[in-house]
Amino acid sequence: MLNILREKMSKHSISAITLLLMLLIALFFISFLLGRYPISPYEVILAICSKITGIDFGLSQTVETIIFQIRLPRILAAILVGASLSIAGASFQGLFKNPLVSPDKLGVSSGAGFGAALAILLYGGYFLIQALSFIFGLLAVVVSYLLSRTFKGTSMLTLVLCGIAIGSFFSALLSIAKYVADPYGQLPTIVFWLMGSLASVTTQQIIMVLIPMLIGITILILIRWRLNVVSMGDEEALTMGIDVKKMQAIIIICCTLITAAAVSISGIIGWIGLVIPHIARMILGPDHKVLLPASVILGAFFLLLIDNISRTVTTVEIPLGILTALIGAPFFIYLLKKSKEVWV
Amino acid sequence: MTNIKNLLEVKNASFSYNERKNIFEDLNLQVKKGEIFCILGANGCGKTTLIKCITGINKLTKGNIILNNKDMASLKPSQIAKSMAYIPQEHNSTFPYSVLDVVLMGRSAHLEIFESPSEKDYKIAEKAIKSLNIEHLKSVPYNEISGGEQQLTFIARVLTQEPKLLVLDEPTSHLDFGNQIRALNVVEKLAKDGLAIIMTSHFPDHVLTSGTKVAIMKDRGFIEVGSPEDVINSENMEKTYGISVKIIDMGERFACVPLKLK
Repeated sequence: MLNILREKMSKHSISAITLLLMLLIALFFISFLLGRYPISPYEVILAICSKITGIDFGLSQTVETIIFQIRLPRILAAILVGASLSIAGASFQGLFKNPLVSPDKLGVSSGAGFGAALAILLYGGYFLIQALSFIFGLLAVVVSYLLSRTFKGTSMLTLVLCGIAIGSFFSALLSIAKYVADPYGQLPTIVFWLMGSLASVTTQQIIMVLIPMLIGITILILIRWRLNVVSMGDEEALTMGIDVKKMQAIIIICCTLITAAAVSISGIIGWIGLVIPHIARMILGPDHKVLLPASVILGAFFLLLIDNISRTVTTVEIPLGILTALIGAPFFIYLLKKSKEVWV
Repeated sequence: MTNIKNLLEVKNASFSYNERKNIFEDLNLQVKKGEIFCILGANGCGKTTLIKCITGINKLTKGNIILNNKDMASLKPSQIAKSMAYIPQEHNSTFPYSVLDVVLMGRSAHLEIFESPSEKDYKIAEKAIKSLNIEHLKSVPYNEISGGEQQLTFIARVLTQEPKLLVLDEPTSHLDFGNQIRALNVVEKLAKDGLAIIMTSHFPDHVLTSGTKVAIMKDRGFIEVGSPEDVINSENMEKTYGISVKIIDMGERFACVPLKLK
């Protein structure tokens, strides 16, 4: 009888994940149709078939360029960035035993923001912006982590406090960068970058972030069950046989790698890392074994949806950071009201 | 001395948080299979600190701990956890895991880093849940059940760990009058099944009902170690807690009752 109950529960989570995955695939195809240049579903299918099989179906060059050079990179970027921020958020929430933690807790966003601003000040192109924001994002977390290690009896609280300190340090550096930036060219570029956008993402950029993202996501997915144990507290996890220090390091490295990679192509996009894990938890419960895969799919779906809105609703693109907060915040409050769970 | 070997042996152990004042020093203790070793002592005497040293959470500043004939300092957390399990005094819950999920966590030490519990682990967890009669709570969030049920959940979790030694820090502290006795009864049963138990307590009376050996912790060490009937006397209790008690012979056991303050 109890076996049946468990099977039912795991079946529920499997069917829910399958459904989410199907929704994501559907949205993936629909996203090709959206945009100023009208493309029909038929053309999308033809284009994909011709790409796979190598047969020329006589599609116009414009249609192919729009599908593969403009829309596909953007769709992939939205999926990757959404999935990354969301799984990093879910993992950090488990690691810090706090459902209100977001992936930038250890200063990665502030570091990346400064890196990007620095690249813009140096008249760098997209490559330099991406590279420096990635490097400074990593650097901020590395400094926070090493700093927290200098304290005796390292606790997660020390780490968070170091993260906050390093984060505000880089925010200050970012302010300096803004202050000295040329107010007609560089400053607006910095400000727009900070608001988050996928408008100018290229295939090359995606290839560059793909490796750190896939490594981080794969490792987190592989160790996901242990996150349950880690989230019970360091001491309990240790006495259950978990090498807590090692687990903390692995989780922090993976989350930082994928968050820095995501931010380096999208700019700062808030809310996804905080809200999506909550929604996933609400649908499928707190077990990280199910929560992490669900967060990946849901995060990808959500950012793809938001990005579609951002590029279609008005003639001028709405920055993603604005949209995720505008849509995410009220939705989050609604969920909190509706839910019986106690979060803190 | 005896032919049954010690499961855990603490040798000349000292510990300090700040390298200035020792919480305890030159402390020795031995625990054998089937024993319920109780530690009594006033608030702040260092019971919990000692427990955290025994479980490997705190590292001793001097001395060593021999677990199953091996020096604990040389063992990995997963190796320690296969022999020793621990239930802390306090648990702060964050995520509403189901009772089954919590019990399954006891399998961590037996699983590799990339592994999740298999069918076999589920069976072990379910057996532990069944043995404690909490099957009806299996899919209930563990932070929505009563303190007594939660304690049973944690006991099921440590059983799933399949240890030889169980360390409990004040297992009765958040329980009502009846559940205290029920929890002690479970502990006694586990000892009868062959587990060695170390537990701290604030109730000399609980030690008289369940303990097989007791140590009184005071002034950075054990001031007396022995059988509960010998150690728990009015003189020792006054020395430890600063109050007068009366030890009553109830026939089947002794009881320790505090007297009114003068």
